[in-house]
Amino acid sequence: MSGTATMKHTSLGAFAARGILVLLMFGTLLPFITMFSAALAPSGTYPPGLQWPTDPQWGNFVDAFIAAKLDRLLLSSITIVAFVVPASVLFGTMAGFGLAKLAPRGSQFVYLLFVLGLTLPLEVVIIPLYYEMQWLGLLNTKFAIILPLIGLFMPFSIFWMRAHFVNVPAEISEAAEIDGANPWQQFWRVQVPLAKPAVLSLAILQFLWTWNSFLLPLVLVEVPLERTMAGALGAFQGQWGTNIPLLCAGSLLILAPTIIIFVLFQKQFVAALLQGAVKG
Amino acid sequence: MTDTSMPSLRQNPRPRNSRRGRGTLVAWLFIAPALLFYTAFVLIPISMTAYYSLLRWNGIGAMQFRGLQNYLTVLTEPDLLTTIGNAFQLVLYFTVLPVGIGLGIAQVIRTHLGGPFGTTARTILFIPQVIPLVAAGIAWSWMLASNGVINQLLSAVGLGGWTRGWLGDFDFALPAVGIIGAWVLLGLCTMLLVTGIAKIDPTLYEAAKLDGASGWDEFVNVTVPGLRQEIGVCVTVTVIAALASFDIVYVATGGGPGGVTNVPGLEIYRLAFAHRQVGLASALAIVLMILVIACILPIQWLMREPRK
Repeated sequence: MSGTATMKHTSLGAFAARGILVLLMFGTLLPFITMFSAALAPSGTYPPGLQWPTDPQWGNFVDAFIAAKLDRLLLSSITIVAFVVPASVLFGTMAGFGLAKLAPRGSQFVYLLFVLGLTLPLEVVIIPLYYEMQWLGLLNTKFAIILPLIGLFMPFSIFWMRAHFVNVPAEISEAAEIDGANPWQQFWRVQVPLAKPAVLSLAILQFLWTWNSFLLPLVLVEVPLERTMAGALGAFQGQWGTNIPLLCAGSLLILAPTIIIFVLFQKQFVAALLQGAVKG
Repeated sequence: MTDTSMPSLRQNPRPRNSRRGRGTLVAWLFIAPALLFYTAFVLIPISMTAYYSLLRWNGIGAMQFRGLQNYLTVLTEPDLLTTIGNAFQLVLYFTVLPVGIGLGIAQVIRTHLGGPFGTTARTILFIPQVIPLVAAGIAWSWMLASNGVINQLLSAVGLGGWTRGWLGDFDFALPAVGIIGAWVLLGLCTMLLVTGIAKIDPTLYEAAKLDGASGWDEFVNVTVPGLRQEIGVCVTVTVIAALASFDIVYVATGGGPGGVTNVPGLEIYRLAFAHRQVGLASALAIVLMILVIACILPIQWLMREPRK
């Protein structure tokens, strides 16, 4: 009796849960659907929010691609990512190893210094960064984005990699030491291969944060074509904000690369984002 | 056996001690590149912001020392206080909504989300975390526009009287911006809480059932304590996102209409780079940093407490 009652209860609960989730998924996708519908309306018109256009203007995507100079934007973003992600992953992994396994005197304080940076709003450093880049003669170059991003990513990279290395059993380091490996060899031959999953998650998160950074490119790089994708999207909105179909088509194109990469590496992304939030 | 192990035990510490000095140097070399970049692009800039905050400076001309005058302005000028108030109002939407809804969903689902349905749900709910906030701002500006889909839906269900240009409305612009943030953060919070609740020992729920606990009792006595850590994470992430918000507001409203959606991040940007009031902007930035820390520390404390 009570058995069937609970069964009924759970299946009803499961049904309700699915219903709620479907609703939530719809709410999540709705902004993209309405942008898509607007992107197909004739350029320069003011279409209603959601309506399948009778004469879909697929050419809007071509126009937006040309207007946004998307090929050059992609190249610019990829260049920035190609500098930032390897450098910050490497430095973060090295420092994480140094702080967790070698732990020289005074490193506790240095670690605390890094961890304090985890909650730092970007707005707190953006003003001096502008004058610093001006002084270095790097304003309006990709390096004005690359160098600060590497520094800004250090707290999380170190927090993340140190947490990994702390959990690596001490016997592994000891075995390497007995084999006569110096710390540098131990790091590359033993520790880095073991850290691959943590390194991959870190690289995924930093790719996202670089690609999507906005305030930094907005302030430090005036030319949209030298910016990251998100920074350029801001400029694109400024230029085409009144032409809704073109704006929506351009936004969708600028969004497409991250969404495609996300769907392809869905499993790793979700794991990285969930763990990244917990550790951050 | 003892013959071979004993000497190695005794020998081990000796070479280590003699290598100590060099070992320390090597250890610091591992940390050095990270520390160098962090110092150059985070620590020095923070110090510079603190220094600028004591000056009257237009960014080009002579600097003039003003002491704490800029802080006094931040704490008395109504326009600047409004930005701080708005940031805290955004916490309601960025934090309370996603965590509340996420908890509700977690409580209903409770078991691990498996199968193709679970994978699809996870993928879709994470999309807002993957796209730039600027894109979220653009998409929602379009949804909330006067002929956007929100008004279309309202008219469809007979609430045509409520339609308006939401982001241009003095009363509704800030809540509308808040809803954009809630949309961005809801998926992450939901997934964190759903993943967390699946780890709670199911016997706790069975015991609660046997005690005749209502759904609400179950939620308060089993779910919430069991998810303490996950809730802490969600609250930390979302509170920082609300207080330090910039991208969404910049794109969706630019702080308007009439400053009702202005936030500290936007005001810092504007003061420093449009109005050339570098000192005042820096003081507001330092105040923002202190506010964030003051909000995050207690949350971290509450999160850790039960571990003892």
